[in-house]
Amino acid sequence: MEKFTTHTGRAVPLRRSNVDTDQIIPAHWLKKVTRSGFEDGLFEAWRKDESFILNQPERRGASVLVAGPEFGTGSSREHAVWALQNYGFQAVISSRFADIFRGNSLKNGLLTVVLPQQTVERLWALTEADPNAEITVDLEAREVRAEGVTASFELDENARWRLLNGLDDISITLRNADDIAAFETTRPTFKPRTQPVS
Amino acid sequence: MGRTLAEKVWNDHVVRRAEGEPDLLYIDLHLLHEVTSPQAFDGLRLAGRPVRRTDLTIATEDHNTPTLDIDKPIADPVSKVQLETLRRNAAEFGVRIHSLGDVEQGVVHVVGPQLGLTQPGMTVVCGDSHTSTHGAFGALAFGIGTSQVEHVLATQTLPLAPFRTMAITVEGELPDGVTAKDLILAIITRIGTGGGQGYVLEYRGSAIRALSMEARMTVCNMSIEAGARAGMIAPDATTFDYLQGRPHAPQGEDWDAAVAYWQTLATDEDAVFDAEIFIDATELTPFVTWGTNPGQGAPLGASVPDPASFADPQERTAAENALAYMGLTAGTPLREVPVDAVFVGSCTNGRIEDLRAAAAILDGRRVAEGVRMLVVPGSVRVALQAVEEGLDKVFTAAGAEWRHAGCSMCLGMNPDQLAPGERCASTSNRNFEGRQGKGGRTHLVSPQVAAATAVLGHLAAPSDLTVNRAAGTAALEV
Repeated sequence: MEKFTTHTGRAVPLRRSNVDTDQIIPAHWLKKVTRSGFEDGLFEAWRKDESFILNQPERRGASVLVAGPEFGTGSSREHAVWALQNYGFQAVISSRFADIFRGNSLKNGLLTVVLPQQTVERLWALTEADPNAEITVDLEAREVRAEGVTASFELDENARWRLLNGLDDISITLRNADDIAAFETTRPTFKPRTQPVS
Repeated sequence: MGRTLAEKVWNDHVVRRAEGEPDLLYIDLHLLHEVTSPQAFDGLRLAGRPVRRTDLTIATEDHNTPTLDIDKPIADPVSKVQLETLRRNAAEFGVRIHSLGDVEQGVVHVVGPQLGLTQPGMTVVCGDSHTSTHGAFGALAFGIGTSQVEHVLATQTLPLAPFRTMAITVEGELPDGVTAKDLILAIITRIGTGGGQGYVLEYRGSAIRALSMEARMTVCNMSIEAGARAGMIAPDATTFDYLQGRPHAPQGEDWDAAVAYWQTLATDEDAVFDAEIFIDATELTPFVTWGTNPGQGAPLGASVPDPASFADPQERTAAENALAYMGLTAGTPLREVPVDAVFVGSCTNGRIEDLRAAAAILDGRRVAEGVRMLVVPGSVRVALQAVEEGLDKVFTAAGAEWRHAGCSMCLGMNPDQLAPGERCASTSNRNFEGRQGKGGRTHLVSPQVAAATAVLGHLAAPSDLTVNRAAGTAALEV
């Protein structure tokens, strides 16, 4: 995983609530067996509409998505995170994320920042008025900064530490392989196994 | 202080607990399918890691599989590659797989329970959000992303953030014609798509205890649509009866030991939930969605709501967008909404009881002119059972299409899709924009409402048919 310390970039204000994973990346894109090449599928249906915010020339190269509440609801598809990253987003700000999407984002180094809806509204107003307005997402200081806005955000210390250091969960867990092996000796014999039974 | 069902299952799976770290939980069962696993296997290969417990892992093909001509090569080359990738990965890593054409193939959340692999007190994961289905057995079951799929394959564990608990207590008897689907749709409309966020829901109360295992699966299946981490129901005699004799259920002394353990899992009387919701089952009626998220629902007897009636500005905008997408006008009675298609199937409502319920209504009746109805069993076993009972004949005689098992039109990854602007009454779980095909419009309904809707050509409950029959109207003569 790539490290995330701090990022500054222009923003895309997405004034919509309940942006579900089927909107972020429609199902027919999920047939790919790689983690890359999803950028053209990002918000595919909405991008067919010329007036959609992502199609505005001045939003090209923006890297911070400021979205409405309940962002990422629906399916567990990690492809939603890959699509956002493949497109060039480094951080997403919302007042509320769906749990699975949030977990997926943090495991891929896409920083999802929870801010109060009033702050999101101020960031919308700012970046709608000025497409060149930049937003800084500072994980070290746990702070989002933009013109006239300084807002601190919460992120559990363990997730923050992994992001700051770009650590891969599996190698961290495998440091505790002995604990796993010890637990396995205590599992009851009635627990099922998947081998075919005659 | 007493503990809840969820807390007991969680505590019994903690491999490692340390200050400042998420608990490391052991995973008892890992279900795989073709869509969310290829990148995880790639990760294992890159790191040179094996699957730690192939004996706790099982794969099926479901999301991409065609429901017609399954004996022919798969027409969509991209789907074909994905299915072949799963087969290759399963062979290379030694994972049991049930491929298209196999008698145990089917939707992953139908296959696990019917094999008896899903049992009370287990931790169950799958790279699919509807893994919450398995919570019906009193298992802690939740959907995970592909990075976590790789993590479980490599370590059989997951580091997990703590959860909160919410009791959803449903007391009283569900009225005639009101099903588990209506109940869960009503719950989601009540608490919203984010209402369960961070919570493991426990469904309790006399109405829940009265549900069959399959109905309980329907309820738990849609926990994710309320944003919940998982949904659970305490195991009881209904659970044990369902499990006994299934291929992977414990036998002999193991069975006795298992039941003794399972009986300890119910929430203690003095346990405290972080949040509680009460629902009077007797007040429920058939429930349908009108919008583009599962929280936008209403009783079938209601009308399409006026966006102006929503106090919250976000909800108001969402309702406006939803009505525009759905092609609906505020104030239209939901019963007057005509449909082009009806889909019966999915991990929510693709089990034998669902097919029986739909068939009972279609028996001796015809699908309305101009309506296309697809019936897709959740698994090959469900299909075989339905054929044995003659349900397939009922469906085809009524003019519905009887298909092979898979996820099908629930998410339109295979050729079963809506055309732009087509409207569908669907027993699936998501009414998102484009979910069932680009531009398609979805109303989530129970199998009973789906069947009645198919006959009348507009959203309807079975009771509408009875009324029509008694009055001798032409509605049944079509």
